[in-house]
Amino acid sequence: MKKISKLLMTSVLFAGVLAGCASGNETTGGSDGGGDTIKIGANLELSGAVASYGEGIKEGIDLAIEEINAAGGVDGKELEVVPVDNKSEGSEATNAAIKLVNQDKVTAIIGSATSGNTKAQTQIADEGKTILITPSGTADDLTLGTDGNVIDYVFRTSFIDSFQGKVAANFATDLGIKNAAIYADNASDYAKGLAKSFKETFEAAGGKVVAEESYMADDTDFRSTLTNLKSAEPEFIFIPGYYEEVGLIVKQARELGIDVPLMGADGWDSPTLVELAGAENLNNTYITNHYSSGDPDETIQKFVEAFSKKYDGAKPDAFNALGYDSVYLLVDAMDRAGTTTDKEKIKDALAETKDLSLITGKITIDELHNPTKSATVLEYKNGEQVFKSKVNP
Amino acid sequence: MEWIQQLINGISLGSIYALIALGYTMVYGIIKLINFAHGDVFMIGAFVGFYAIAGWGLGFFPALLLAMAVCAVFGVLIERIAYKRLRNATRIAALITAIGVSLLIEYGFIYVRGAQAAAYPDVLANKNYDLFGIQVSSQSLLILVVSIVLMIILHFVVHRTKIGKAMRAVSHDMEAAQLMGINVNTTISATFAIGSALAGAAGVFFGVYYTKIEPLMGVIPGVKAFVAAVLGGIGIIPGAMVGGLVLGVVETIVSALGFSQWRDAAAFIILILILLFRPSGIFGKNAREKV
Repeated sequence: MKKISKLLMTSVLFAGVLAGCASGNETTGGSDGGGDTIKIGANLELSGAVASYGEGIKEGIDLAIEEINAAGGVDGKELEVVPVDNKSEGSEATNAAIKLVNQDKVTAIIGSATSGNTKAQTQIADEGKTILITPSGTADDLTLGTDGNVIDYVFRTSFIDSFQGKVAANFATDLGIKNAAIYADNASDYAKGLAKSFKETFEAAGGKVVAEESYMADDTDFRSTLTNLKSAEPEFIFIPGYYEEVGLIVKQARELGIDVPLMGADGWDSPTLVELAGAENLNNTYITNHYSSGDPDETIQKFVEAFSKKYDGAKPDAFNALGYDSVYLLVDAMDRAGTTTDKEKIKDALAETKDLSLITGKITIDELHNPTKSATVLEYKNGEQVFKSKVNP
Repeated sequence: MEWIQQLINGISLGSIYALIALGYTMVYGIIKLINFAHGDVFMIGAFVGFYAIAGWGLGFFPALLLAMAVCAVFGVLIERIAYKRLRNATRIAALITAIGVSLLIEYGFIYVRGAQAAAYPDVLANKNYDLFGIQVSSQSLLILVVSIVLMIILHFVVHRTKIGKAMRAVSHDMEAAQLMGINVNTTISATFAIGSALAGAAGVFFGVYYTKIEPLMGVIPGVKAFVAAVLGGIGIIPGAMVGGLVLGVVETIVSALGFSQWRDAAAFIILILILLFRPSGIFGKNAREKV
């Protein structure tokens, strides 16, 4: 027994040493790659609770960079992505940003996928005078500092929560819903922002919010609260949140006999949602999203084709598209600024982006560094997202 | 009607807590160690079941048995490697080791597999029975029945078999038991094996009932089960069962009253109140019947 445990200890220690080596190599590899490339950091959720967002964005970034490099790069220089995994945690996102700004000295950081993890690095990017573009951080105040002013170096590619909440509320009103309920994640800025704007818009349109409940991230049992919601007899339930919990909520709601339409936002968008909830339970649910691969628009279909070719026939989801668009948004600003190194000029050019046609819509960056763009409503049918309608701001 | 529905929700949740709590209580009863790695054995059980069902296409019961067997071995390994040499050390040293083992399992597993969640396959066709407006799912019924059966078997093992007698003897007085010719090491290993097997079963139930499993899933249920064990009287087997069910129902009632944010707090308030006013738990007596 003693021998076995000794063996175990040694192997654990040895694994630790190996792990140390691996990460050591990565960093040296990264800093060697300087010179004639333009380095773009990707501070993403490659593992952890929302890994599917981060991985999706990374795939989109890779595709965009491959296309741009194949076409001769920017100003004759190739783009190079430096990915860092923030493990879906705010503190790790901060560390990753510090590494990218100080160690890798990247021109810009794309990331992170969620509002919380993006917020954890806005200050570091701004102090390091490095451009930060979040592909999918949708919290309204993400581009604002603690003093309420716009942070110079922070931008985003996605629309904002209050817009998504409005679209969802209008959609519910159009369905003829009078009584709706809200079931939101109590800790995330994202869910709170959506819930607030949904309620305001829905009530302004004459609807009534009959019940408002909240849940905590990482909960697994929602049955008791859902039983409460059911007894309030809503005709529609708005559930802003992320797919890990929402998947379980949808499943448990259907098991308790709640068969009214359920609606969420871009946080639902993940293949894991379908696995957790079950395709059948997802029928009669809707989400607002950044884009749909089923949109008949020509440029979108071209993107879908290129993506499928690179990733074995996979259909790009919204995170793929946003990651892809973030790179083009940045490159467009570099072109207009006429520089690939002067971060200040690129930042100014980003702020002046106007009518740039991207996959997720025609983007004009406003004075708060938020893009004005359209949203798409999708319906789940047997586990597939089906294009329902497109809503302009 | 709604209250009966909530009660059913609570009992389903509570029976999972109870299964985990049994392992806590048995180990505490015999070596006075709060085995914080127990929640992670529960997690390992859930994943073994997951791979057995999704990977090898086993059915529910074979997967359940496999998970229980693997967890039993795993529990014994933990005891042999980490706790055995600390048997005469201070209790705080053993406790800290238990926390260390727990973290090692959690993050070792994340290192190997990654932290993303997995969705349990639909292994049991779930049917909803509508009884006068109350939804009872066949899954929750099955979970309740199987956990009760497991608890009855446990009761039988502890009170009617030789190894059960040895366990009770060791828990009562380790040295005296040794003098009477009882193999203490085997007995303690058996306790860990049985407790861990029950945790493994709870892991599979959890996966089937709640669908989502991930490497840190054992942390909160583990702590809740600890509360359940203390509530019932730590070291007392029927106490763990009752404590688990009571905790599940209390949590559900708290949520039902509209304080879903306070659900976890309620569990820990119970722990504090029990420790303040009745440290030996609901079933605790001065001269305790242990194991």
